[in-house]
Amino acid sequence: MAQTLTARVWREQPQRYRMIANRCTRTGKVFFPPRIVAPGNLNAEFEEVQLSGKGKVVTFTIIRVAPTPYADLAPYALAVIETEEGVRLTAQVSDLPIEQVKIGMSVDFEFRRLFEDNEASVIYYGYKAVPA
Amino acid sequence: MRDVAVIGIGMTKFGELWEASYRNLFVEAARAAMLDAGVDRLDSMYIGCMSGGLFVGQEHTGSLMADYLGVAPIPATRVESACASGGTAIRSAFLEVASGMSDIVLAGGVEKMTDVDGGMATYALATAADAEYEGFHGATFPGLYAMIATAHMAKYGTTSEMMASVAVKNHENGSLNPYAQFPGKITIDGVLSSTMVADPLHILDCSPVTDGAAAAILAPVEVAEKLGVPAIVVRGIGMATDTIALHGRKEITHLGAVEVATKKALEMANLSINDIDFAEVHDCFTIAELCVLEAMGVYAPGKAGPASLAGETKRDGKFPINPSGGLKSKGHPVGATGIAQVIELVKQLRGTAENGRQLANAKRGLAQNMGGSGGSSVVTILEA
Repeated sequence: MAQTLTARVWREQPQRYRMIANRCTRTGKVFFPPRIVAPGNLNAEFEEVQLSGKGKVVTFTIIRVAPTPYADLAPYALAVIETEEGVRLTAQVSDLPIEQVKIGMSVDFEFRRLFEDNEASVIYYGYKAVPA
Repeated sequence: MRDVAVIGIGMTKFGELWEASYRNLFVEAARAAMLDAGVDRLDSMYIGCMSGGLFVGQEHTGSLMADYLGVAPIPATRVESACASGGTAIRSAFLEVASGMSDIVLAGGVEKMTDVDGGMATYALATAADAEYEGFHGATFPGLYAMIATAHMAKYGTTSEMMASVAVKNHENGSLNPYAQFPGKITIDGVLSSTMVADPLHILDCSPVTDGAAAAILAPVEVAEKLGVPAIVVRGIGMATDTIALHGRKEITHLGAVEVATKKALEMANLSINDIDFAEVHDCFTIAELCVLEAMGVYAPGKAGPASLAGETKRDGKFPINPSGGLKSKGHPVGATGIAQVIELVKQLRGTAENGRQLANAKRGLAQNMGGSGGSSVVTILEA
């Protein structure tokens, strides 16, 4: 499933590798991934925000039947996590027995290897959550 | 706007249809709908299909289907809103007839899902979520609805038994539907002991992978009278969108697009939800049926689970839901689902639902079709 051209990979690197978000200069609301237009007011002026990498689990599941790129990793925990800055994102929760993932648990984000696209010979990296 | 009616319906059997190709599925359903309406021409058609590209490597569906149905050179357009593509086709056809631009318009839907393996099907369906920020991290559709279920259980005390009762009821209804993919009856214990797909959802909480097509013919009400076919009138239709990613919603358990689409359809029809006799809703997962009923205002948040367990949504209950068997038992060829929902409304409103699943009091029905984890929804209200 080659979903890969070089540009598609590097375009997302600031947010995937370094968790760069942005803040609407008009309302102060923080967006992840960064947006180019603020919902509701069409403002296009933003300032860059570095997420702290800390958050809490809002909800979660254990994926036992995985899509092709993650087939070898299943079962794995997947969660919606709210960061300290108030943005929510989806990430895997790693480095603990999957049955110990709970709503409300504190997590830190770390830079991890996510999956490999053998056809395109590309290894994808990004953030995963680990117990704080 | 002109008053619009559904004047013809047709569908294929839903299932793993190894002999049937993408194009032949659609043509079989479209031909049946044209014969049912008694028309030998179309002015235009819309075809709901989520992903001809990923499932069969075919785009340009409008041209392909017009060609093989033998109705070229009429305008034909594929419309896509993930699993709500069928409902979106109904809406597009409705607008074209209501505006006066065309008289006889076909709204169809098709998905050929079994030409790829399970991993690829899971991947293709996951593209209805945010591909870069959900799918990229390993989210699947069962996984997204499982996260809704986890949150619903924590917030309202909804149980696995309550969710399982949705599947049991829909299979009981589907056992009477000759078009259903899985007409077998199941039990709550059977659901709870089936394989876990994404906790807390078991495989019997999930709708299946299905091949199938469905079609409906829309026309002005006076055309129905001229043709001498029953006019099932489109009283209201509403569509709404929400964040593509589940994590973008402040309230994980609330389907905002369903709430807004329902309100729009009811406003157009000048009705309240209590004026609706029965509904076909998008039970892609058991938890989805519960959240949809709460978003539509049939039940207060947290109350749909207990009501389902108590049998209120059975065919003889207070508010019959999914008399066709729903996506769960009838099958879920994603692009065709919204049309198949409308077909069940038409059968119930004509009084021709097969095998004794006809509802006693069916004058007004509502179809609720949904894309992704609730990123889009189309609601259609029909009246006999």
